[in-house]
Amino acid sequence: MKRFDAILDIMKYVDDEIIVCNIGFPSRELFEIKDRSKNFYMLGSMGLASSIGLGLAIANDNSNTNEKGTNADGFKKNKEKIIVFDGDGSVLMNMGSLVTIYNQNPKNLILVVFDNGCYGSTGNQCTYAQNIDLLEVAKSIGFKNCHDYNDIDFEDILLDECEDPVFIHYKILPGNADSPIIDFSPEEIKNRFMDSLNTNNH
Amino acid sequence: MDSSEAVYQGLKSAGINFIVSVPCVNLGKILEIIDEDEDIIHVPVTREEEGLGICAGAYFGGKKTAILMQNSGLGNCVNALGSLYQLYSLPIVMIMSHRGTEGEPIVGQVPMGKATPKVLDAMELEYFNPKNPTDAKGIISKSWDLSVDKGSPISILLDINYW
Repeated sequence: MKRFDAILDIMKYVDDEIIVCNIGFPSRELFEIKDRSKNFYMLGSMGLASSIGLGLAIANDNSNTNEKGTNADGFKKNKEKIIVFDGDGSVLMNMGSLVTIYNQNPKNLILVVFDNGCYGSTGNQCTYAQNIDLLEVAKSIGFKNCHDYNDIDFEDILLDECEDPVFIHYKILPGNADSPIIDFSPEEIKNRFMDSLNTNNH
Repeated sequence: MDSSEAVYQGLKSAGINFIVSVPCVNLGKILEIIDEDEDIIHVPVTREEEGLGICAGAYFGGKKTAILMQNSGLGNCVNALGSLYQLYSLPIVMIMSHRGTEGEPIVGQVPMGKATPKVLDAMELEYFNPKNPTDAKGIISKSWDLSVDKGSPISILLDINYW
């Protein structure tokens, strides 16, 4: 299975969750499969998908809800789940992020690493993930919820009230779909995304 | 006014409620103060660029964000400042301990010390260089609103002599 079909599979289950999607073909493929306002498409800053997801998860989780059911920053409900679509190359570029996520321990963050052993968006050059097991790396850091995608039902993961973040290793084959360039400007992506989160600071 | 207290009061006055940090000896006292403040979320990070990613997400989630770091970290942040912050017009307050300036005892700090204002100039990022606590508090107090208005990061450089 290549990344396009892997994203297609996951998006069957995604409903209200917030998605932060890695730069390049992953974002283009997600855009083609299921464009939605709760998708944040990265257009630069390779490596930072997991960090952006962590910031969102902490902001969403740490605020108290008021009588209207919204928290101080405008989220409709507390602990709306954040899903990050990351890649092996970008995880390797920002490995410290795994350590910070583990230590901050947001219970509303699901990190999905599509691992094709390649830098897919730059012409499928090999990554060192071909020689190491990123799932074992996550386990060795201490993540309690580490899964091989093939061993789980993703819908169950979304429904679970976890006490800790979830790390999912999704081993796939190299290859990009012929997905279109995202035809939103960066500002449009940001504003639509923030409007969908009901954040009120822009 | 105490130099660290001035920075903290400026951040509070600006409404900053989410801070990521990579320490510098000069920032130590501020980090202790913000750790005591229950209204500020403080996330220590492994690398400054990672901190910018976390702050971008926190901003999307409604937080008013700042990064506390040594100016050497600016070098680790350049791509994220361009291809994340400038690309999407995101605000952040960057409080930088500016090492490598007059009185610097460590030779390794000097090259990035000299390059820091030039890097910010090259990226067309606005910065301030307050020389005393009163000025620092005043500038930092306005920094978040200024950053939002400009849709761009605002840096505060604090020289060795500031402390």
